[in-house]
Amino acid sequence: MPSPKRPNSRKPSSRKTVAAAKTAGPRRFPFSAIVGQDGLKQALMIAAVEPAIGGVLAFGDRGTGKSTAIRALAGLLPPIRCMVGCPYRSAPEDPFEGFEGAAVEEQPVPVVDLPLGATEDRVVGALDLERALATGEKRFEPGLLARANRGFLYIDEVNLLEDHLIDLLLDVAASGENVVEREGLSLRHPARFVLVGSGNPEEGELRPQLLDRFGLSVEVLTPRSVPERVEVVKRRDAFEHDPAGFMDEWAGAEAKLSKALARARDRLHKVVLPDELREAAATLCLALGTDGLRGELTLLRAARAIAALEGRKAADMAQMARAAPMALGHRLRRDPLDETAAGARVARAVDEVLGTALGAAASA
Amino acid sequence: MRDLIDQSGGEGGTGSGPEPAALWSRAVMAAALLTVAPGALGGVVLRARPGHARDAWLEVLTAVLPDAPAWTRLPAGADAAMLSPGLDLAATLAEGRRVTRPGLLERAAHGVLLVPGVERLEHGVAVQIAQHLDPDRWEDAPLVTVALDEGAEAEEAAPAALSDRLAFGLALDSLPLSAIGEAPLGVGDVEAARARLAATVVTEEAIAALAATAGAFGIQSLRPVIQAVAAARAHAALHGSAIADEDDLAAAVELVLLPRARYLPSPETEEEVPPDQPDDQPPPEEEGQDHSDAAEPEAAPLEDRLLEAAHAALPPALLAALLAQNRQRSSAASGAAGAFAASTRRGRPAGVRPGLPGSGRRLALTETLSAAAPWQPLRRRDGPRSGRVEIRRDDLRIRRFRTPRETLTIFAVDASGSAAIARLAEAKGAIELMLAEAYRRRDAVALVAFRKTGAELLLPPTRALARAKRALAALPGGGGTPIAAGLDAARAVAEGAMRRGQSVSVVLLSDGRANIARDGSPGRAAAQSDAEAAGRALAATGAACLVIDTSAAAARRGAPEARRLADAMTARYLALPGAGAEGIAAAATLAPAAGRRRG
Repeated sequence: MPSPKRPNSRKPSSRKTVAAAKTAGPRRFPFSAIVGQDGLKQALMIAAVEPAIGGVLAFGDRGTGKSTAIRALAGLLPPIRCMVGCPYRSAPEDPFEGFEGAAVEEQPVPVVDLPLGATEDRVVGALDLERALATGEKRFEPGLLARANRGFLYIDEVNLLEDHLIDLLLDVAASGENVVEREGLSLRHPARFVLVGSGNPEEGELRPQLLDRFGLSVEVLTPRSVPERVEVVKRRDAFEHDPAGFMDEWAGAEAKLSKALARARDRLHKVVLPDELREAAATLCLALGTDGLRGELTLLRAARAIAALEGRKAADMAQMARAAPMALGHRLRRDPLDETAAGARVARAVDEVLGTALGAAASA
Repeated sequence: MRDLIDQSGGEGGTGSGPEPAALWSRAVMAAALLTVAPGALGGVVLRARPGHARDAWLEVLTAVLPDAPAWTRLPAGADAAMLSPGLDLAATLAEGRRVTRPGLLERAAHGVLLVPGVERLEHGVAVQIAQHLDPDRWEDAPLVTVALDEGAEAEEAAPAALSDRLAFGLALDSLPLSAIGEAPLGVGDVEAARARLAATVVTEEAIAALAATAGAFGIQSLRPVIQAVAAARAHAALHGSAIADEDDLAAAVELVLLPRARYLPSPETEEEVPPDQPDDQPPPEEEGQDHSDAAEPEAAPLEDRLLEAAHAALPPALLAALLAQNRQRSSAASGAAGAFAASTRRGRPAGVRPGLPGSGRRLALTETLSAAAPWQPLRRRDGPRSGRVEIRRDDLRIRRFRTPRETLTIFAVDASGSAAIARLAEAKGAIELMLAEAYRRRDAVALVAFRKTGAELLLPPTRALARAKRALAALPGGGGTPIAAGLDAARAVAEGAMRRGQSVSVVLLSDGRANIARDGSPGRAAAQSDAEAAGRALAATGAACLVIDTSAAAARRGAPEARRLADAMTARYLALPGAGAEGIAAAATLAPAAGRRRG
């Protein structure tokens, strides 16, 4: 089974009462207890280490724990230091205008859900009615984009969201800034977040021009092997039955992973991307016929993030081979009706391009 | 499930056997289990029209729920904004300061959330409720969610996103008054069971058996299995056993897994793969059996016994009906979601302009207030001091939307023997090109095929083009040519789409030589006139039509039958060989523009 090692035996005493769960902070399924779904987990961890990756798209079956995984990941990240009262959670190093002298507090990394029916007002922010009515003052009331700053913005069923909202979200996610020009308001505020979209392709696909604007894309399938299915159900049941006990049981694994993530973030910009790797990335993108430079850039960034997660000083072909399916799979120019899995095409190209490169590197 | 029971009544006479009583006791058990383990089970989809059975079940639920939690009813036509906290505009305007109102979900926390008319629920609303039922939100989630499904047709069903998270599905419409009784247990039993719940164990073997049973039922998602485990535990706790035994597991299978079964593993159906199976992979039942045999030899007998129990829970005559109905429902569920995405209820906002609301123009409240806001001090100084917001006519703003009309293209394909196989292949090629074009334009497509004596809706309106292609590839050929039936089926789909505000084009691929009349009887003359009548009826709906003549004669001069049919449908006519697949795809693209639209 590809799942992580099981920590020490279950302590019978930890299954005592459900009431104990209330005291143990927010109940959150441990990230390390998620069975399988290696692609999704890897993609989310890359995004957590390298937020500039440009968002993660998880398409696949219902009930595969997509939202569980993203909430669990946010729980692993260290709390962020921010200015008290700042609606954008601005950091002490870069306080938002007007909050320069404010006190500093720690807050958990936000995960903001974007409901399907959300209006543009609610997403972007709008005129503060209270102020407008009371004093005639035009004042901005921050929306969901502001709340997601420095965290994650999660959209379930992203394929059913209206196109203009997805456009807007992707723009903001790419630029890290929300520019508001409406109702006589004119302002900009930081909105750096990792966009995570999920959806079920049976309900309609995402437009290709939106698809390739996501940095990484992974397919999330219900596990098919019986032992794996049983393990998923067992853990989920154990968690729902006794959250506190289950979280205790996994606390060690979680702490380890949390530390690894923090270290990877510190290390990221010291990881070297050798020139031959850059060349190989270009060759790979050419071979697959992906448009533009975005694929290449994402591929390199993902490879670097994986190297950072693995504690390496430099990224090599192995990390790139692992990053390629999720960085390039959704960028292939494809016949919409051709069902040949994009993953297979990428894997083949990786074999051809990187295989020789790997061989050359080994013989040199 | 309603249809299912009706059929049993039709076939075997009413009241043959214990079905109604068993159905009621099952319903009562669902209510009891829900109250024992509300978080893990989520709630129930109750398929029943308003009436005695439904009321009686809700009374049972009330009777067994400890602490008499509050009930919150989702108002009809609730939109996503109402679910979360927001600005209370009336109060804000009256008091001149910001007043927020709680969201509906917030109010329903720890209580019972009643969702009436769930089959008509807007998809966004369903998703929002569903997200609220995730375990990480249990602290402020509704205790129990009761979705009232009042659908009459099989295709009207609760949105999958929501029904997925509610463990139980009950269908009570067929329940006779005599079967309904008092709840055999009370609050005390539930409270005792809740106290025992934490110490109640579901063994690993039992979990494996439930997972394997779900696999044998063709249930791919793991969520039902998780819910079944929780149901088994609650059942055991209710009956005072420390370890969930076979009875508890059987009850869980019956209540959670069986209603979701896509097919039942009996000797006849073992090999059968439902046509709408969403994957090309082998059905999980085979795989499941292999693995469980290899990995866990002891689990297999228990799993078999559970299947047996599941079979016993439904009279054998009903299994086939269940099979058919669930297939239908699962395909309809995804189809309905696709239809939502294509609805024109909301458009892309195209800004706001000054103007008076009314006659369909919607007031843009925020913009109106913001237009009025800067003038308030001035107006208050000039006018009488009313303390209210002074709004002048000039401040009023109305919303503008740009709603590109969404299009549904219905392909009605002649798969009869007269449309020779080579022609059929060519027609499939043309449809594939048109599908690719539809994909580019984000149109929805539907596929109706007719052969032998009737027509079949192979693919309900959807934007999932991959499904369309699969449906097309599986299209069988041969038999008579019931054009009238095909056009009638296309018209039914067209009318549904038009009610949702879509514009519809119909592409008929046929040689036009009907030989099966509307009533299914053979005969060329009657069939031909029926086909033309059906064509006129279709044209009368306002759908833009295109007839693609696939006959061999079309290559030379066009078949007179297909031409006459095209005239009856006021359709454009194209001969396939002359046009070629590419030409046809281009023509189909033009068809909506050429056709009339319903005023």
